[in-house]
Amino acid sequence: MDRKEILIELKKVLTPYTENKEMLDGINEQTDLIKDLKINSANLVDIIIDAEAQYNIEIDFDAAEKMYNVGNCIDVISEKINKPA
Amino acid sequence: MGNRVVITGLGVVAPNGLNIPDFLHAIQNGISGIRFVPEYEDLKFNCQVSGTPEFEWEQLRNYISETSLYGLKGKGIAYGIKAALDAWMDAGNEIISQDTLWETGCVFGSSVADTDVIKNAINRVDARESKKLGSRVVEQIMNSGVTAYISGRLGLGNKIINNSAACATGTQSILMGYEYIKFGMAKRMVVGSCEFVDRYVFGGFDSMRVLSRKYNDQPARASRPMSATAGGFVPGSGAGALILEDLDFALARGAKIYGELKGGSTNSGGQKNGGSMTAPGPEGVIRCIREAITDANIDASEIDLVSGHLTATIADRLEVQNWVKALGREGDDFPMVNSLKSMVGHSLSAAGSIETVAAVLQLKHNFVHPNLNLEDPIPEILDIIGEKNLPTTRVDKEINTVAKANFGFGDVNSCLIISKYKND
Repeated sequence: MDRKEILIELKKVLTPYTENKEMLDGINEQTDLIKDLKINSANLVDIIIDAEAQYNIEIDFDAAEKMYNVGNCIDVISEKINKPA
Repeated sequence: MGNRVVITGLGVVAPNGLNIPDFLHAIQNGISGIRFVPEYEDLKFNCQVSGTPEFEWEQLRNYISETSLYGLKGKGIAYGIKAALDAWMDAGNEIISQDTLWETGCVFGSSVADTDVIKNAINRVDARESKKLGSRVVEQIMNSGVTAYISGRLGLGNKIINNSAACATGTQSILMGYEYIKFGMAKRMVVGSCEFVDRYVFGGFDSMRVLSRKYNDQPARASRPMSATAGGFVPGSGAGALILEDLDFALARGAKIYGELKGGSTNSGGQKNGGSMTAPGPEGVIRCIREAITDANIDASEIDLVSGHLTATIADRLEVQNWVKALGREGDDFPMVNSLKSMVGHSLSAAGSIETVAAVLQLKHNFVHPNLNLEDPIPEILDIIGEKNLPTTRVDKEINTVAKANFGFGDVNSCLIISKYKND
């Protein structure tokens, strides 16, 4: 799965957690989950749980801390997909 | 004396109506919300009927944000949100606020946090999967979940309190809100209560052998307050909500006024002299009703309608005796009495608020709703208050003052006195 494909999947994961659907449609690797998509910081754990299920991976605490913008999320997910837990 | 407190908004999620117009129609026409529950037959419960609102999650779509609705699983909280926000809109307000409303608070009661949500947490944790619980569990298993959702949506900045007093919860929450306004601590309060009786709570009552079990094949006949053939109560779920306002605050914004909450009282018999964990002591009940009348500064002779607790257990007879003593009225001189539970069952924490909503509607629209299934009143009740005070069909008459009481486990009592608002 390349970065573009992961981004498309990630959009689906993020959908229930943002009211800002227009911004979601136009996300790029620089989009910040909290500042731009206005996602409640408490919900980041839910996004991680959903991403784990979506990609059948495990995201540990250290990796999860890096996931604050779309690019970081894709970094973590693509790394885990290539090295399954 | 304190500030006068008026009722300016109503909301309800009841087994026989999911909004005020439908609920009003149901109680005017004696429409039962009690239904057979196949799951309860499967679980081998003695009682296999309940009063459960025909609620669907989609109904909350425009009430809270999409992100908040996603992941909300607690039905008690959901009922509470819908009733409270309906009451807020009924009072002429928008459910969106940019700023904190410092003058407005919320007292909203509940008994058991949603056990479906708790069960999910228990299963996940025991399977060593706590990591998968996510962020939305704690806010829904805390008792104050319902007040947190309501106050957050409306931006309420005054006292935010979740109260719990078993079956007296609803009337108690209304009384607490009333007191904060009366004594100048708040200008406006969102008050009410909610309950979702799931299989686990239901099972606990079923095991106590206090539930109706002989009418599983005739659900509408199962809840029979004051009937000689009553054999226990029918558990129910739902929520009721009211907007209480300082009279001047309400007048200044030109609010419509349903009635005035003139007074009330909450106390306990201390589980002495006939009172126990499960039974209300007569002395405490009588004191509570009398204190409410005194607080309202009315005479007991002014009461036109008693909205009883009257659950359809052996306690009904004693309750009517207590009302007779407390009011000092009997026979034809006694006011009319009804029990909403004959239509919707006993929704525990939510009972007091749903029944108060019904009381306010009867006051506003000048009628006494029928008691269903009261073709055979308990003879001892007939002896002391007479048959004409136990209407089995709707009675249209001027209602100026209603007394509403509930009595709960722990020997806790709550009573409210509500009158038509008169500018004097």
